[in-house]
Amino acid sequence: MDLLSFARGPGLKVALVVFCLGVAWRIVAFALLRIRRDLNEPRASLLRSLGGGLVAVGSRSWPHPEFIGRTGAGEALGYSYHLGLFAVVLLFAPHISFFGSLFGVTWPALPSSVITVISVLTFTLFLAVLFRRVTNAVMRMLSNFDDYFSWFITMLVIVTGLAATSHIGGPYETLLGLHILSFDALLVWFPFGKLMHAFYIFPSRAINGALLARKGAIS
Amino acid sequence: MPNDKQDVTVGEMLRRHGISRRGFIKFCTAAASAMALPPIMGPAMAEQLINARRPSVIYLSFQECTGCLESFTRSFAPTIESLIFNIISLDYDDTLMAAAGAAAETARAKAMQENFGKYVLIVDGSVPTGAGGGYCTAGGHSAVDTLREAAKGAAAIVCVGTCASFGGIPFADPNPTQAWPVTGIVGDKPIINVSGCPPIPEVITGTLLQFVTTGKVPDLDEHRRPKVFFGNTIHDRCYRRPFYDQGKFAKSFDDEGARNGWCLYELGCKGPTTYNACATLKWNGGTSFPIESGHGCLGCSEPNFWDKGSFYSALSNPAWGKAGETSPLEVLKIAGAAAVVGGVVGAASAGVGRMRQHRQEQRSVDNEPKGG
Repeated sequence: MDLLSFARGPGLKVALVVFCLGVAWRIVAFALLRIRRDLNEPRASLLRSLGGGLVAVGSRSWPHPEFIGRTGAGEALGYSYHLGLFAVVLLFAPHISFFGSLFGVTWPALPSSVITVISVLTFTLFLAVLFRRVTNAVMRMLSNFDDYFSWFITMLVIVTGLAATSHIGGPYETLLGLHILSFDALLVWFPFGKLMHAFYIFPSRAINGALLARKGAIS
Repeated sequence: MPNDKQDVTVGEMLRRHGISRRGFIKFCTAAASAMALPPIMGPAMAEQLINARRPSVIYLSFQECTGCLESFTRSFAPTIESLIFNIISLDYDDTLMAAAGAAAETARAKAMQENFGKYVLIVDGSVPTGAGGGYCTAGGHSAVDTLREAAKGAAAIVCVGTCASFGGIPFADPNPTQAWPVTGIVGDKPIINVSGCPPIPEVITGTLLQFVTTGKVPDLDEHRRPKVFFGNTIHDRCYRRPFYDQGKFAKSFDDEGARNGWCLYELGCKGPTTYNACATLKWNGGTSFPIESGHGCLGCSEPNFWDKGSFYSALSNPAWGKAGETSPLEVLKIAGAAAVVGGVVGAASAGVGRMRQHRQEQRSVDNEPKGG
């Protein structure tokens, strides 16, 4: 069995199983965590607390006006590469075909040349993100293997994808095989690393916001 | 005039058939061009061939469909095709030769004996080894025995077609006859694979011509195919390539994209992973090739093309189903089962966590100083 056949065959199947199993495991374990009972008298009704949770999802996703000078650039960087990733993953025709064969649903694609430009921009932003993480003393102290490996594995998918579409660096079947294999690796790593933030980010903000709202704080 | 056909030079044979020297040089120039050789090589090839003795060629057909031979004999210029048969001395081909039975086998034995170490062995079809080689026999000999015997005195072996080169369809899972390509049986001879199902006729004749002219095995790729014909993918040379670059793909065989000649990648075209000359030499006298006729490439010149998933599923799509395709229902079943198992594991781990938390809290309560 050649690399491409393995990557899009048994490799992908195993990766998908690990991904689904891991994500369900982490989400269920997270949902069933025991939250210590707050014995204080609530400052807001249950409805207002839940509303506070929803507000926190929005308000915490935008830089606070008071700190925008210090955090704005970082947040802009973060938003830019996430948007780039979404565009490349969801709007490239072969990717749509991939998802179509998995889920039976397809949607319109962007021209390949536009996707290539977005991919190169995303690649550049990814380098900038790493540079920032390494050069900023606080961020460097906060970073661990998980951060760097999650960056590396995502970058690997981008680089192999760019190489495959531009036919640079080897035969197409090898590059495509490496691209899909790196995606398989990303799926396996996803539930067990910080990439899991894709599932946690909004629920955790909502829970924090709701708990704060219960105490009478506005997020 | 020499009597023995092996002693006749190619030039003499051409004269006998009324083919002019000029016509032959034109043919050689066309052949050199097809092989991407410099234009000066055409006349040089002609000179070399005209004075050369016609090499003996033995054509063995094993587990095959005769499509390769059909292709071989349907070169776009029949007179040139007959020329090829005059340049070489085809001493044995049980499909083409008039003789049959013992007479045919005797001719093969004689040719092998008289040209030991010098003849070119062409093999068409895979070699079954199951049932003691009994799945394919001729003249009471199994294919595997015939191949081993014929290979001993061959100067080189040219495997014509994907079956001889890589096992082809007989080699496909579950390979009921335990078929092997020639490289699985013979290991000590120069082997040139001219794969394809069938191969392009000009690729077969061009490869033979190059070997006969130079006496050397041409530059080969990692699958022992002549680089001159198998150096590029069909995708690299495809006239639909600009549409791939623009992201314009046909979604079905009769949609607007298909009518506009857009790229067939999403319809399963294997052009990007298939090395062959279809997009440049084309078929039927340069008339067309499968992609130009509206169908994606099947990848027939690649090893195991039959077992690489559906012909109609894009190369980048998942391929783990029985037919090489993946249905959403199957994905849902797999993902659902994995998620249920993950959920149970997650619940169990949360339960263990809660128990630990409860024990810790109990311990801290017990350790609190008692009020008086």
